[in-house]
Amino acid sequence: MGKTKVRKMLFILSKATIENVYAAFIMANGARMEGIESEIFFTFFGLEAIQKKKLEHLRVATVGNPAMHIPTMLGGLPGMEALATKMMKKEMEKLDMPPVGEFLEILSGSGCRLWACKLAVDMFHLKKDDLIDEVEDIITIGDFYARADQENTHLLFI
Amino acid sequence: MQKTLAQVKVNVNEEGYLTDFNQWTKEIGAEIAKEQEVEMTDKNWKVIDYIHDKFRKEEALSIRGIKKSGVINIKEFYKLFPGGPLKKATMIAGIPKPKSCI
Repeated sequence: MGKTKVRKMLFILSKATIENVYAAFIMANGARMEGIESEIFFTFFGLEAIQKKKLEHLRVATVGNPAMHIPTMLGGLPGMEALATKMMKKEMEKLDMPPVGEFLEILSGSGCRLWACKLAVDMFHLKKDDLIDEVEDIITIGDFYARADQENTHLLFI
Repeated sequence: MQKTLAQVKVNVNEEGYLTDFNQWTKEIGAEIAKEQEVEMTDKNWKVIDYIHDKFRKEEALSIRGIKKSGVINIKEFYKLFPGGPLKKATMIAGIPKPKSCI
């Protein structure tokens, strides 16, 4: 097993739906498991995934999501999102996928670095205190690009 | 294919994982560790024991399982097996590489 050619994976997470948050987490964790550096920049709605009060209440989108295979009108009924989320979480538990909070602990422990977007933090009137301790800092996109400025680094927007 | 580790001929796959766990000995594990540039401390061997235990019980390994194992925390795990901890630890333990994405 030689060293990987890809050195670093940088993820920008801009959404708060469970499927997007897990996509970012699984890829960031997977990178670390392969010996690749990884970092996540949380912006816009992605910030929900690192807010102490919100991270365990993320949901699946049942409206505007054709892969749900339910009519959009039904997807908008009260309780539909909660039901779909509950079902999905049950399936995830079966595969030993950690809940969001535990996943963040694993990521942080693995050396994956977590950053919050300054502009989005200001826009949503958040403070560092609203975010989990594992978030290293609130930085600008320029700072994040500086972190990407090396060879064999990939950026991915989710 | 065959490979000689600790003066014993063993069967390995193209990535270097033992294909028959029965051929594994601690000496072979130590030799693989050396090749993988992992320095084996008592704590490393404790992790290998844990992996063997899971393997014998036919329970899947995952990073979450490691976290809950009580043997080691995630940070230590990455430190003890630098550069892909579960991949390297399973190779040293003489069992197949885990197929899970988490």
